[in-house]
Amino acid sequence: MAIARVIVELKPGVLDPQGEAIKNSLHALGYEEVKKVRVGKFITLEVEGNDLKEIEERVKEMADKLLANVVIEKFSVQVEG
Amino acid sequence: MAKWREMGLTDEEYRRIVEYLDREPNEVELGMCAVMWSEHCSYKSSKIHLKKLPTKGPAVVQGPGENAGVVDIGDGLGIAFKIESHNHPSAIEPYQGAATGVGGIIRDIFAMGARPIALLDSLRFGKLDSPRVRHLFTGVVAGIAGYGNCIGIPTVAGDVYFQESYAENPLVNAMCVGIVELSKLKKGVASGVGNPVLLVGATTGRDGIHGATFASEELSRDGEDKRPSVQVGDPFMEKLLLEACLEALEYGHIVGMQDLGAAGLTSSSSEMAARGKSGIRLYLDRVPLREEGMTPYEIMLSESQERMLLVVEKGYEDEIIKIFKKWDLNAVVVGEITAGEEIEVFFGGECVAKLPYRLLTEEAPVYDRPYQVPEIKNLQSVNPAGVDCGEALRRLLQNPNIARRDYVYEQYDHQVGVNTVVKPGYSDAAVLRIKGTKKGIAVKTDGNGRYVYFNPREGAKRAVLEAALNLAVTGARPLGLTNCLNFGNPEKPEIMGQFVEVIAGMKDACEILNIPVTGGNVSFYNETGEKAIYPTPVIGMVGLIDDLETGLIPMAFQTEGDLIYLLGEPTGELGQSEFLKEFFGDVLVPVPPVDLQEGKKIIDLLPLLKKQGLINSAHDVSDGGLAVSLCEAAFAGELGVNIDFITSLLPQEMLFSEKVGLVIVSVSPEKANEFEEIVKASGVAVTKLGRVNGNDEIEICLNGQRVIKEKLSELKALYEGGLRWALK
Repeated sequence: MAIARVIVELKPGVLDPQGEAIKNSLHALGYEEVKKVRVGKFITLEVEGNDLKEIEERVKEMADKLLANVVIEKFSVQVEG
Repeated sequence: MAKWREMGLTDEEYRRIVEYLDREPNEVELGMCAVMWSEHCSYKSSKIHLKKLPTKGPAVVQGPGENAGVVDIGDGLGIAFKIESHNHPSAIEPYQGAATGVGGIIRDIFAMGARPIALLDSLRFGKLDSPRVRHLFTGVVAGIAGYGNCIGIPTVAGDVYFQESYAENPLVNAMCVGIVELSKLKKGVASGVGNPVLLVGATTGRDGIHGATFASEELSRDGEDKRPSVQVGDPFMEKLLLEACLEALEYGHIVGMQDLGAAGLTSSSSEMAARGKSGIRLYLDRVPLREEGMTPYEIMLSESQERMLLVVEKGYEDEIIKIFKKWDLNAVVVGEITAGEEIEVFFGGECVAKLPYRLLTEEAPVYDRPYQVPEIKNLQSVNPAGVDCGEALRRLLQNPNIARRDYVYEQYDHQVGVNTVVKPGYSDAAVLRIKGTKKGIAVKTDGNGRYVYFNPREGAKRAVLEAALNLAVTGARPLGLTNCLNFGNPEKPEIMGQFVEVIAGMKDACEILNIPVTGGNVSFYNETGEKAIYPTPVIGMVGLIDDLETGLIPMAFQTEGDLIYLLGEPTGELGQSEFLKEFFGDVLVPVPPVDLQEGKKIIDLLPLLKKQGLINSAHDVSDGGLAVSLCEAAFAGELGVNIDFITSLLPQEMLFSEKVGLVIVSVSPEKANEFEEIVKASGVAVTKLGRVNGNDEIEICLNGQRVIKEKLSELKALYEGGLRWALK
């Protein structure tokens, strides 16, 4: 069994209304030092198998097809045994 | 490859730019010319044909050429409305593509000073058995809901078809309707030397650069490379922008206002300058940016959403800026009106572009492209006599093109604002009240591409007549229409031939029905590989009901025992009907004629019959034919029908032909004589079909033979399940 971690983020330059709203709220709470907020998601998968290389390839496929909207998002994958 | 070709200009077009300027344009200038000369912005292939459409009428306050058309509804009020396509972005990223399509059309409406009160969407997809089509369909519907529901404008009506020709190229046409005090109507004009130019709303990022040129090309298989073109919308930001703009207009001292849509700052500044015959100087260093290191080229072409350009009377800019700050929006003076005729763009102290507005607007090329009128040949005939009518009705009711659309409209907030009088699914058009008056307006979109493909001229007439009838059956008098013309590649003579014929048919219909065109949008290049979509003119129409209390006609049968009549002359052709497709496939057989003269009489007659209390319900015959329409009126009223009349047509022809221009009405028995007299006097053909019953029964007899006997509740379950089942 392996653990795969997928981080999905908006591509640079894509508008992030949620991040903007969080930034404004942080400013309202006095955290003026925050200059930029980008919100993404973090997905953990438990995957059967031993070949970490192959698992990484398969998870990348899953991210490309489903976990990320690759039109506006990018992703990275980490796999641990 | 030469730079201008990469940007979508032809060698000849580039030569004309050099000749006009008497020099080579720099990169920024070339980019500005390329977007403004794109099909999307310049209408270069359609302009000479669009001119043929009638645009004037007693109710028209603002015709084509502005952000939106406006019709007068009395009491000093006007209705601003427009439809626009967002097909190409929606094919790449359905959620954001559809959402920003909705956002863009809303800005066009409040740019006129109108408060948006309703949204409509006309959608076309491939068949739902493909996973990709299901992805596009669910994404588009969710995107429309996401934007419309968040900004708080009800999505009240529309239409959706699933046909193979749209598999690679879905159509997403969004329409917005707003209400404006005519004395406060605003135009997108820039004038008054020295007046400041304000950019307000969201920051400017790199999104959507060259979106307009992108929309002017066929989608290539590797369309993925163009993906950065897709913009992301922020409906909450747009809500603030809407309120701030309307507040600023209320404050006054605004000369002109325009939204930044396709081609961003370039198109808004040059179009406003052209309308006001003024020059504009812009200082790009002042534009609030979302990203670092943006070049003047990128700033001029960015299609970031939720931005507007305002020209303000000099001296009032600080007050206007205060209003936008109050709404937490950016508002900066980015330039001023000049005496010349040039758009001058400064960046880092240098002039980076200097182009006459004429070059970007009226000097853009106009093409009379070669066209070939499609021939209608090899007509076949089919013999429908063997098809069981009950079986046909059951299959048609659950056909995704006919079945209840609640999967779509239940995702939309159609009640927000509490102006919606008739909810989706209970009428042929949505009806909205005009607060503070007795009046209501009816709105609808229509356009079945299958009929247009078969015969573009007659198909276009059909689309206009159908939209008008959809309004008339609610008791409304049509005031004006906006059109969204979706076609393939205009450089192909057969596509251009479809376009020319559609315009000719639309012109006839508008003239005979006396409904002017107040604006619209053309979307070409809806094709992938060799496959173009069905030519699809979508008609968005607005009509007026003078008094909602006495003038509103429901679609549902109302009372047991009421007599059911058919207005209009049925002719029985099965051409291009869903029945034909269901049982005989894609064969070309004759289509029913579109009788505009009779249609006009029926449109005039319906409000009159209602006012005199002679009809209790009305519903037009459309997709699926008479049998389906009877069922729809029965389902809505939860009342059955017993139909029994004499006809010379085959039962299948009578019940499933989709002739446009037929209307089912129900009449109280004691009013029948008076009703018949008035209808006959008007010259409209009328047939008594049968009566409304209180049983769970749909029974249809023709010439004394029973052809259909089904349980109402069972048929209703098929009708309500059809679309959801197709999605599974």
